[in-house]
Amino acid sequence: MPTIYIDNKPYEVKSGKNLLETCLSLGFDLPYFCWHPALGSVGACRQCAVKVYKDEDDKKGRLIMSCMEPVNDKQRISVADPEASEFRANVIEWLMTNHPHDCAVCDEGGSCHLQDMTVMTGHAYRRFRYDKRTYRNQDLGPFLNHEMNRCIQCYRCVRYYRDYAGGHDLEAFASKNNVYFGRAEDGPLESEFSGNLAEICPTGVFTDKTLKQHYTRKWDLTMAPSVCQHCSLGCNTIAGERYGELRLISNRYNGEVNGYFLCDRGRFGYEFTNSEDRIRQPFIGRKPVDRTAILHEVAQAVKDGKVIGVGSPRASLQSNFALKKLVGEDHFYHGVSDNEHDLAELVIKVLKEGPARTPSLHEVEKADAVFILGEDLINTAPMLGLAVRQSVKQQPMKQVTNAHIPAWHDAAARELMQDSKGPLFIATVNTTKLDDIATQTYRAAPDEVARLGFAVANLLDPTVPPVKNLPKEIQQLAGEIAKALSEAERPVIISGASCESQSVIKAAANIAWALQKKTAQAGIVLTLPECNSLGLAMMGGHRLNSAFDCVLNGHCDTVIIMENDLYRHGKASVVNEFLMKCKKVIVFDHIVHATIEKAHMVMPAGTFAESDGTLVNNEGRAQRFFQVFEATDAVQESWRWILQLAALTGNQKITAWKNFEDLTEAIAKEEKLLAGVERVTPSAAYRVAGQKIPREPHRYSGRTAMLANISVSEPKPPVDPDSPLSYTMEGFRGLPPSSVIPFFWSPGWNSVQSVNKYQDEVGASLRGGDPGLRLIEPHLNGRAPYFTQIPEIFTPMKDHLWTVPLHHIFGSEELSVRGDAIAKRAPGHYVMINVDDAVQLKLAEGQNFEFEIEGQPYRLPVTISTSIPRGVAGLPYGLPGLPFVDLPAWAIFKK
Amino acid sequence: MDNRLLTMDITETNMFSIIQSMWLTFLHMFHKRETIQYPEEKVKLTTRWRGRIVLTRDPDMGERCVGCYLCAAACPVDCISLQATEDEHGRRYPEFFRINFSRCIFCGYCEEACPTYAIQLIPDFEMGEYNRQNLVYEKKDLLIDGQGKYPGYNYYKVAGLAIGGKDKGEAEHESPPVDVKSLLP
Ligand code: SF4
Ligand code: SF4
Ligand code: SF4
Ligand code: SF4
Ligand code: FES
Repeated sequence: MPTIYIDNKPYEVKSGKNLLETCLSLGFDLPYFCWHPALGSVGACRQCAVKVYKDEDDKKGRLIMSCMEPVNDKQRISVADPEASEFRANVIEWLMTNHPHDCAVCDEGGSCHLQDMTVMTGHAYRRFRYDKRTYRNQDLGPFLNHEMNRCIQCYRCVRYYRDYAGGHDLEAFASKNNVYFGRAEDGPLESEFSGNLAEICPTGVFTDKTLKQHYTRKWDLTMAPSVCQHCSLGCNTIAGERYGELRLISNRYNGEVNGYFLCDRGRFGYEFTNSEDRIRQPFIGRKPVDRTAILHEVAQAVKDGKVIGVGSPRASLQSNFALKKLVGEDHFYHGVSDNEHDLAELVIKVLKEGPARTPSLHEVEKADAVFILGEDLINTAPMLGLAVRQSVKQQPMKQVTNAHIPAWHDAAARELMQDSKGPLFIATVNTTKLDDIATQTYRAAPDEVARLGFAVANLLDPTVPPVKNLPKEIQQLAGEIAKALSEAERPVIISGASCESQSVIKAAANIAWALQKKTAQAGIVLTLPECNSLGLAMMGGHRLNSAFDCVLNGHCDTVIIMENDLYRHGKASVVNEFLMKCKKVIVFDHIVHATIEKAHMVMPAGTFAESDGTLVNNEGRAQRFFQVFEATDAVQESWRWILQLAALTGNQKITAWKNFEDLTEAIAKEEKLLAGVERVTPSAAYRVAGQKIPREPHRYSGRTAMLANISVSEPKPPVDPDSPLSYTMEGFRGLPPSSVIPFFWSPGWNSVQSVNKYQDEVGASLRGGDPGLRLIEPHLNGRAPYFTQIPEIFTPMKDHLWTVPLHHIFGSEELSVRGDAIAKRAPGHYVMINVDDAVQLKLAEGQNFEFEIEGQPYRLPVTISTSIPRGVAGLPYGLPGLPFVDLPAWAIFKK
Repeated sequence: MDNRLLTMDITETNMFSIIQSMWLTFLHMFHKRETIQYPEEKVKLTTRWRGRIVLTRDPDMGERCVGCYLCAAACPVDCISLQATEDEHGRRYPEFFRINFSRCIFCGYCEEACPTYAIQLIPDFEMGEYNRQNLVYEKKDLLIDGQGKYPGYNYYKVAGLAIGGKDKGEAEHESPPVDVKSLLP
């Protein structure tokens, strides 16, 4: 470990880093703009100047940019040197000559890196007396606001957008003093990760447009650590509330999971929590009633009826478990289609019984060869797609290391790498947004994708059965893939539930296991449909169709449906019949949907923002989300409703559980696969120096006025019996344990860049380890339990189309699409068919096409594609208003 | 103590002092009076007196407050609460603005924090109420039709944000918007 001297004090530091990150890791307040831990250095802004000295006798030194200088043993530098400080103050002064004097109306204000850095350097008065440059703004769609006057030309936005996230439509225009960052013309930013610009841009050029509609400063938000609910990856978020409304989702750094970023579905999908369709009152029939009335009515129904419970992949472990205990193990059903139920069980089997480990997102970024089977990642697990985008830089990076260029030296590294990319193979039904970086892509029906996968596995390990009748070019492709994977040190195979094919997942598992024999670090990542799909599957329960049968055959007559719209998981005709046949339909949920409309009793459940709960992501990582604010009206968590119900029905066991913690401990004890889940966060009794951790920053304002219109006497702040967090601004102000960090803030660092102070070292894990607890580890010493059932060649059928689901980041997920911003980006209904099929069917683009799938009629405008295989049709998954059918299935059409 | 001695003291030594005091008191009848007949007679306060808080308007009679929340953050008793919103041309203003005067300590920090001269403490303390609830002032109670102590200032003339009636490049010390398609020096 080299020793460097900063202002004559010796420090032991890590080699291979630059001076800026080293200084920041050591806790120095050194201003910077263009450098970012995820983007590296380019030395563009000249803000991070320090003095470096030749040796002990050198008193003069010279100014250098700390972000561009590697750490060297015995190096002597000075941060405090007056000349360096003055230089930094001057740089800010220049940057501010054109600044629009607009902090008061700027949404960045109060969490602005430019403000922080300006204060840090001490620049306070504008001496420049000439005119300011101005720009016109662009309409960038529903997610981001654009205010170009505030730009300091640090280039972070384009470097992130283009180099990191692979976007194409954000560019730097014009020249010299006029450089402009925007699109060629007005229009929504195309990247699915555009929202990160709000955090990447150190100024208020790009800000969250959804926040603007109910603008609140960071210091005025009540915040809690939360977990994204909009796909199975479980990215960590900070959720902020004001005036009883969720207002902002921002990134919560987790070195293992999402790092510094979120996808746009995760960032802007929160709007559903404020929807007008929220259920805030219990209902009996159409009549609103109060808590006591509904509890008695439901308790009576539970006592009288033969009850079954339908759980949900988007409800927490606690809620699902409580329901399971209320209705009894044998009467608990998973509220997902049978196909998805089986896929989730298969995923657990693969992850638990196989020898290959499932890597975290961070580890996927470091993979040096990736093979994706059947997943359109950007639309099904967006942040995994972003991780894959980083992985293709791994192999070219070796070249960079060989040339003795440090990895953080972004400009030089990119210059050397040029367009070279590591191996990435994508085999899917339709085009994906990662195709631009793929070594090879393969478009085929799911069964064909699986056959390619089995062929690759066979090449890697001949004990896997070979694929019969494989065309030569596919065999050749399989050879190429097998070669690239076996040459890699950390290959990763990615697949998942989105093409609804067991064979595809099995093929992926075979490859990963075959690879694992050769390369210990081979990993497999499988995505799932929803945020707690894996958690629900780990809990055990029956198929949804058995629930339908149970009632239709008269074995049961009362159903409790929890946080689930059955019309998204079962065929409308069957669900109709089922609900009709039930004597009592009791639904817990937070937003109105088709199932609610048919319910006899409705209990208002809390959204994630009003609830405590634990989710298990696709990695098997259990993560806790905390209640952000106490729900208004009668809204409360589903599990809390159930605890109260159990007291009335006389369920001894549940009555013994008084709070969140009792419930979680019971889960850990009773559910074998979920053992350890109580250790995900510190217990509710946890205190630092006898204090709770405040959800509100110390500058929180208005607490003696915000409710004064109702009553001038302030109410007592709510008490949180379920967590070590408090609802007020009083409490411990230091660093809390990593899993309960409600917001990032540090003296002098008001913006999100303060996360530096919460990390072991800049860009590494949070102090005390990244949050979350992995519950699934592979069966390491076991033999690979290879799957042997290889599907037949896919043969199109006359007058039929094999219909598979196509996922959309904006639209396919049930909750996010209920918010305005996401809904604006959702596609319309369509059916996608191959161009040759279209010619044969005499269908033109946009023309209506009528067909039937399992008795469900459809009439949809056609989208013609050259990539979707012949004989296959793509139906968008989960779009509002599009009737559900369990895909894949044959669509029958009449000519 | 000897009582006789004490009596002697008063009568003989301090008689003069008592008479002097009475004389002075008598003279005060002819001095200018400090006591005023409030409420019939009003108190004279300087313009810098920190009393009742108002929200003012800019010279164009637009609402000065831009809903920046700085006053609320500066308030040591947290008695200001507001919600910022925007008109259709992007001008920010408070959707509601509430001060709980039963908590306010009239420290003037809000006025000091305000970047737009919107919030001002004025020389008026006559806010007594029998019912504490009446001390909660909403925007309609706070907003006046004038500029208050700081005439002439118009935040939007200085700030770069475009609003209705003031486009980009039209604020003070601004050049017209850059033509991004031009490469000319
Ligand atoms: S970007 Fe920062 S410094 Fe600039 S106006 Fe916004 S808050 Fe102020
Ligand atoms: S828009 Fe923001 S990130 Fe981009 S150059 Fe300007 S200040 Fe930097
Ligand atoms: S990738 Fe998934 S979990 Fe992560 S932010 Fe996006 S929707 Fe949420
Ligand atoms: S500080 Fe001034 S402009 Fe800002 S919210 Fe308060 S009154 Fe309005
Ligand atoms: S951060 Fe070092 S030059 Fe920009």
